[in-house]
Amino acid sequence: MMALTIAWRQLRSQWASGEVRVLLFALMLAVAATTSVGFFTDRIESALIKQGSMLLGGDLVIASDKAISAQYIEEAEKRHLQTVLTMEFPSMVLHGDVSHLAEIKAVGADFPLRGSLTILQHKVETAQMLTGGTETSTVPALGTIWIEPRLANQLGVNVGDSLDVGERSMRVTAILQREPSRGGDMFSIAPRLLMNIADIQSTGLVQFGSRVKHQLLLAAEDNAVEEYATWAKPLLGRGEQVQTVADARPEMRSALEKAQQFLGLAAMVSVILAMVAMFLASQPYVQKSLDTYALMRCFGASRQFIFRILISQTLLIATLGSGAGVLAGFVAQAGLATLAGSLLVDTLPAPGVMPALGGLVSGFATMLAVVWPHLSRLQDVPALRILRRDLGEQDKTRWLGFLPALLVLAGLIFWQAGHVKLAGIVLLALAGLVLAVVVLAWMGTKLLSGLPHNTTGSWKLGIAALKRRPGLAIAQVLGFSLGLMALILLSIVRGDLLHSWQQSLPEDAPNRFIINIQPDQIDGIKQFFNQEGLAQVDIFPMIRARLLEVNAKSINLNDYKDDRARRLAEREFNLSWAQDMQQDNQLLEGAWWQANDQGKPLLSLEQGIAESLNIKLGDKLTYDVAGNRLELEVSSLRKVEWDTMRANFFAVTPPGVLNDFPASYITSFHLPRGQENLLNQLVREFPNLTIIDVAALLDQVREIMNKMSHALEYVFVFSLLTGLAVLYAALVATREERVREATLLRVLGASRRQVIIALLAEFFTIGGLAALVASIAASVLAYYISSQVFNIPYQFNLWATLLVMAGSAILVPAAAWLGMHHFLNQPPRVLLQSI
Amino acid sequence: MQTPLAVEAVDLDKYIENSAGKLDILNSLQLKIPFGEKLAIIGSSGSGKSTLLGLLAGLDSPSSGKVLIEGTEISSLDEDGRAAVRGRSMGFVFQSFQLIPSLTALENVMLPLQLAGRADAKEQALNALERVGLAQRLMHYPRQMSGGEQQRVAIARAFAPKPAILFADEPTGNLDAQTGERIVELLFGLNAETGTTLVLVTHDLTLARRCQRIVRLQDGRLHDESAI
Repeated sequence: MMALTIAWRQLRSQWASGEVRVLLFALMLAVAATTSVGFFTDRIESALIKQGSMLLGGDLVIASDKAISAQYIEEAEKRHLQTVLTMEFPSMVLHGDVSHLAEIKAVGADFPLRGSLTILQHKVETAQMLTGGTETSTVPALGTIWIEPRLANQLGVNVGDSLDVGERSMRVTAILQREPSRGGDMFSIAPRLLMNIADIQSTGLVQFGSRVKHQLLLAAEDNAVEEYATWAKPLLGRGEQVQTVADARPEMRSALEKAQQFLGLAAMVSVILAMVAMFLASQPYVQKSLDTYALMRCFGASRQFIFRILISQTLLIATLGSGAGVLAGFVAQAGLATLAGSLLVDTLPAPGVMPALGGLVSGFATMLAVVWPHLSRLQDVPALRILRRDLGEQDKTRWLGFLPALLVLAGLIFWQAGHVKLAGIVLLALAGLVLAVVVLAWMGTKLLSGLPHNTTGSWKLGIAALKRRPGLAIAQVLGFSLGLMALILLSIVRGDLLHSWQQSLPEDAPNRFIINIQPDQIDGIKQFFNQEGLAQVDIFPMIRARLLEVNAKSINLNDYKDDRARRLAEREFNLSWAQDMQQDNQLLEGAWWQANDQGKPLLSLEQGIAESLNIKLGDKLTYDVAGNRLELEVSSLRKVEWDTMRANFFAVTPPGVLNDFPASYITSFHLPRGQENLLNQLVREFPNLTIIDVAALLDQVREIMNKMSHALEYVFVFSLLTGLAVLYAALVATREERVREATLLRVLGASRRQVIIALLAEFFTIGGLAALVASIAASVLAYYISSQVFNIPYQFNLWATLLVMAGSAILVPAAAWLGMHHFLNQPPRVLLQSI
Repeated sequence: MQTPLAVEAVDLDKYIENSAGKLDILNSLQLKIPFGEKLAIIGSSGSGKSTLLGLLAGLDSPSSGKVLIEGTEISSLDEDGRAAVRGRSMGFVFQSFQLIPSLTALENVMLPLQLAGRADAKEQALNALERVGLAQRLMHYPRQMSGGEQQRVAIARAFAPKPAILFADEPTGNLDAQTGERIVELLFGLNAETGTTLVLVTHDLTLARRCQRIVRLQDGRLHDESAI
């Protein structure tokens, strides 16, 4: 208790000295940055889960290609979960003479368990069918159906009309505007027809062997659903799968994940900087504490007691810094949430406690790690130091002592980066930077040693100061380099990367897909686009195929460990052919075919699917195409930017390979706002086309990008502040020694001007050196982050780099002068008394 | 039974070995200080006065020989053991005051009392500060006080735990003559009141003469100079 009292008293008194404030401030910033990002992403995650549930229509779905096994339903009832069954299958529906393929969905009375249906229950013009609906908690009554506007349009029906669905005639009682669980494989869906599951049998549509997707939707208030999923997963048979909210809306998840990576990066930079600032500030803090502890030893304090004071003081600083950091982080995340606005859902769910706990743990770990290397030195300070000040002065800190700090730093980097490769490269860059600074400083010292001793000039006094204490010079250049590197990196990331990210989804990105184009309609459609002044489109062939064998070995689903690989192996592929590779594709391995390869059984595969299915260049794949076997050799692997929203294919062959198989065609295009009417004309001209509208989806992704960009700028403020804290700490770390030296110079007859010139020369060298190292390191890191992590092309910004270099060569000495001029203005007598 | 001495040094050697060879600082030094005695150790600069003080107070260990405090051999104890003896039996006044800059006058005086686990630390500290005439400056930090005032705080700190032995290392070395004189009066006055054994290291003969016995450190040995 006494140790704590003394620790508290000392801390309170030391508040006046800059080092403790820098320590606390840096710690607070690091914790605030990580917790605000933590709180915010936690809320976004909750929102995603909430929205994911709405999109699934429940918290969990068990899907099967046969009727849902009774064991799943019984177990759910035993666990008191809410359940509802649905069935989905395509079927032709008729209205008079007109028929159209519809995606029929039969649902139980409680559908959906999460989210709601939006319907329009009165007769309106076709053009108005998309607006003015209301949410409902009911499902179609027996004998009635709800249909999507697209189906109503194509069949020319309205509310009140009847359709033939299988053997029954059913009345349309509402237009279905929005339905949860309408994500998924958008290219295989025909317009929706919703009906009551109790009517299914009477339609006679579902017979033995029919291809029906059965679903059991489940929901519960607590985590009973997760426990249920854990129970169900080992029981899944062939054709059965569990879908969680994480599977819903992959495109939104991708945009948010990228944003979270950005946020994590900014928070990570803050953490690194804070730790550097704390290390710098800990040096004078330790130095000042040496005398105090020596005196305590003199008065009879044991090593253990000193250790207790040290630990108490460390924990006090950690508590204050982390506590203030968590509070600041909480307040800051409210700002972030405001910037994000009604993203995803109207109001973001409240944050959980985990980010706060994470912040506290990281704060304590950081503080302990920073103090750890000095503990033994402080604890072992000889009492004799009271009489001989030189004792305990030499830094006995062992390199091993820095190991916990390195581990904590690495841990925090991995935690915040959320990306192993990124964290690894940041650590490597840090190590490289340290090495570069040490080598440069060593070379600099060697060069300086070559300076003739008899030359005069005040600036040489400053340069000589660097020569006298190379260790300190290295530490300082390192501190400044890290601070500057972070600031440069952030300015590049914030500006260029953010811009490039938004540019990756330009305003004219395709927002409509057309599928089901028949070969004889291609010219007509191109002509239509031409006439209406729309940009010319590429139309791609598409042939359904199923993968049977890899290198003559049959596909066995049990060979694939993860769900995605299993799903990919099981589902039908769309094969396509092309003479040239699409512009947004990138060849990774092998070679693209030449003109004379036409008709050769070659295949170019997308890298992701190849990895999932463990397919290598040169492998022979056998497909089932419309009942025929087709063997193709993998001749290249490609990277595809799926985010561009253009039509892209997992598997492409040279022209001439798939000529004998029936193909339909697909295209994507950008339809400017206000020209929706053109779609009606297009459908009127080519009634069999299916147009898929992804404009709303794109808007949502764009909205995420915009809001996240604001959120990012906000989080960057933390990084900026920690960067400044580092610069300040680097100055404070050596201030006392500098004041002592400057005073001695003054006493020995140097003028104020001479001392200032010496100081500026020293810091000009330090600033210039630091800026050089920082610019190179930041550019390399920015290049890596943009091109490898975010897949955004990087452009080196020479002017910005030069500007930063020139700026720091001026600003660092200026800041040093600001920090010191107060002391330089005082007469040496006053200074001598104060040191 | 023989009453133990306050301080005793037996065959005390201290030397430094470096690349230049062996440098003897103390050589078979003998010293006996009975309880209540006021002893002055004088000697020229570099004669090893501070080294001897450090050894007697257990701040350092001898190369060979023994130091006994109140009959307990401290030279064979480890650093923590010696610290415990210091906390129990010794007080210190240094040339450069050695106050903790981050603590107030009161907190500085309370520190050794607290380290000794004294429940009445504050009360004792207040008394001691009052005794040295600083009752009005309890909450002042060292930087807010003059050299003389800082040394008075140091004296209050040294006497507050009522130590058996007080080590004073050039207590007036950093003060002007007038202030130094007042500090000396205070030091000896308090010493007389408490009957504390005083070991005073100084090069100031006038100050040394106020002690009962004077020894001169020369060539690593002590020579009795009481006749001076």
